[in-house]
Amino acid sequence: MNARKVAKGLYALWYREFKVFMRERSRVVSSIATPLFFMLILGGGLGSIVNLPGVGYQTFIYPGFLAMVVLFTSVFFGTYVVWDKRIDFLKEVLVSPVARATIFTGKVLGGVTDAVIEVSMLMLVGVFLGLPFNPLSLASAFLMLFIFAVGMVSLGLVIGSFMESPQGFGLIGSFIIFPMFLLSGALYPLENLPSWMATLTHVNPVTYAVDGLRDVLLGTSSFPLTLDLSIVLAFSVAMIALGTWSFNRMKV
Amino acid sequence: MSIIETFGLTKVFGSLTAVHKIDLKVEAGEIFGLLGPNGAGKTTLLMMLSTLLKPSSGSARVNGFDIRRNPSKVRESIGMVFQDPSSDDILTGYENLRLHALLYDLPESEAKDRIRKVLELVDLYDRRDDQVKKYSGGMRRRLELARGLLHNPKVLFLDEPTLGLDPQTREHVWQYIERLVKEENVTIVITTHYMEEADRLCDRVAIIDHGRIVVLDSPRNLKSKLGGDMVRLRLTDAHLENLGRFSFVKRIEKTGDVVTLTVENVGKNLPEMLKALGGAEIVEVRPSSLNDVFLHYTGRAIRAEAETPEGGWWERAVRARVSR
Repeated sequence: MNARKVAKGLYALWYREFKVFMRERSRVVSSIATPLFFMLILGGGLGSIVNLPGVGYQTFIYPGFLAMVVLFTSVFFGTYVVWDKRIDFLKEVLVSPVARATIFTGKVLGGVTDAVIEVSMLMLVGVFLGLPFNPLSLASAFLMLFIFAVGMVSLGLVIGSFMESPQGFGLIGSFIIFPMFLLSGALYPLENLPSWMATLTHVNPVTYAVDGLRDVLLGTSSFPLTLDLSIVLAFSVAMIALGTWSFNRMKV
Repeated sequence: MSIIETFGLTKVFGSLTAVHKIDLKVEAGEIFGLLGPNGAGKTTLLMMLSTLLKPSSGSARVNGFDIRRNPSKVRESIGMVFQDPSSDDILTGYENLRLHALLYDLPESEAKDRIRKVLELVDLYDRRDDQVKKYSGGMRRRLELARGLLHNPKVLFLDEPTLGLDPQTREHVWQYIERLVKEENVTIVITTHYMEEADRLCDRVAIIDHGRIVVLDSPRNLKSKLGGDMVRLRLTDAHLENLGRFSFVKRIEKTGDVVTLTVENVGKNLPEMLKALGGAEIVEVRPSSLNDVFLHYTGRAIRAEAETPEGGWWERAVRARVSR
């Protein structure tokens, strides 16, 4: 296996995902629109009654919705591999000389590209909302979101590689994505939670991504930035390892 | 030279032995057919030869490479056209082939010409920039034939290449397969349960049932082995036992009140036979076909839809919808 082959394999998989992304506009629109509506309506509706020290509610929940776009897009992108299985496209890729680890990595790159493009659009909305962006905070936020997206696409691919049919698709949303989002502190501060919620939010990797984003974008956070970054990074590395393993054992 | 050799190749799924100790040699340059009822093990065998499934025991060599020890070399040597559509229908025909060229590490300079050549071979060059979802079923098959050939494989596997196509389209796809055999120096292994397809295309066929090779020969030899022509009679007043004394009656099979016989030299022997039967209505007299060979070796009992790893009716329905 030489470097050129690996690079071409990665490019091939990325190329396919990117083309599909550019042509499936409705998917892009819906994955931006939902978080945007949620953010504006929740922010507007609760903003008047919620009082947080130092920061408006609309602004407070903004980083959480950046994480939400990445979470939804990435995990669903990954799980989508089950459709590739159904239409046999996956077999075409698996029967090629490209190694399974390369296929996995190419898929991750494709999914991360989708997520980063979508989150950029939401960043643009942030400019209109008057968020105090500066080049450093933006760059740090992108780095955090990138690492987070790698982990979440990998998680989706792990789930997708174990799924036999798309029947379970809806369950992923109800039992993985929404709980991860709602228990991340995206919508509320982490302090003074009931103990069962506190426990769940503390073991949820999304919590640390949201907290880290809040730190770099708004300057407020519950944990030190290094802790946030380390946990998100560790989660992504673990998911890559698990994903590579599950692709190697995946049957078609 | 044998381009494919298998040695006691076996695959067990739980309690089901899908492929049982198959020893097989496929010669370079031939079109080799794997025939068998649904669930006979054809696709499983193909999946093992293409390294998508690991054998439970035994081994095989494709283009000289061991499928266990050198799977990536095997994958470089083969092209595959799957039973179900496996091109991405959001991409154009050209993009699907470009993707394939990248996956198989074709040099950039060569890829362009080669894509053009294979697209012309299946008459799709004019439609290269249309999304695959605008293609008909037959066009998709042709695109996948082109794709399977793109990287100059030594062996091309075709898994049920005309399944679900109408007779005209099927005829068309056969012509393309014949054309690419002529123009590309490639060995073809084809699975099918359409007997006319095997009869028309294959140099040799192996009939597989319950994971074993039942018989292997050229279609012509298999037909002549049956020893005569087919006669189907409807018996009104059955004296079937009277046929036992005729040595020219090679085979007797009864389904309801219709009897199917294999008879040597029909023209001469039919009257005598009818006399002995004491009254029978002739339903059909015709030369033996590969279909008769197939039924002879695999029996007439209707097979339950096999428990293939492909999934149940729901998934098929979804797939049919997705593939449009």
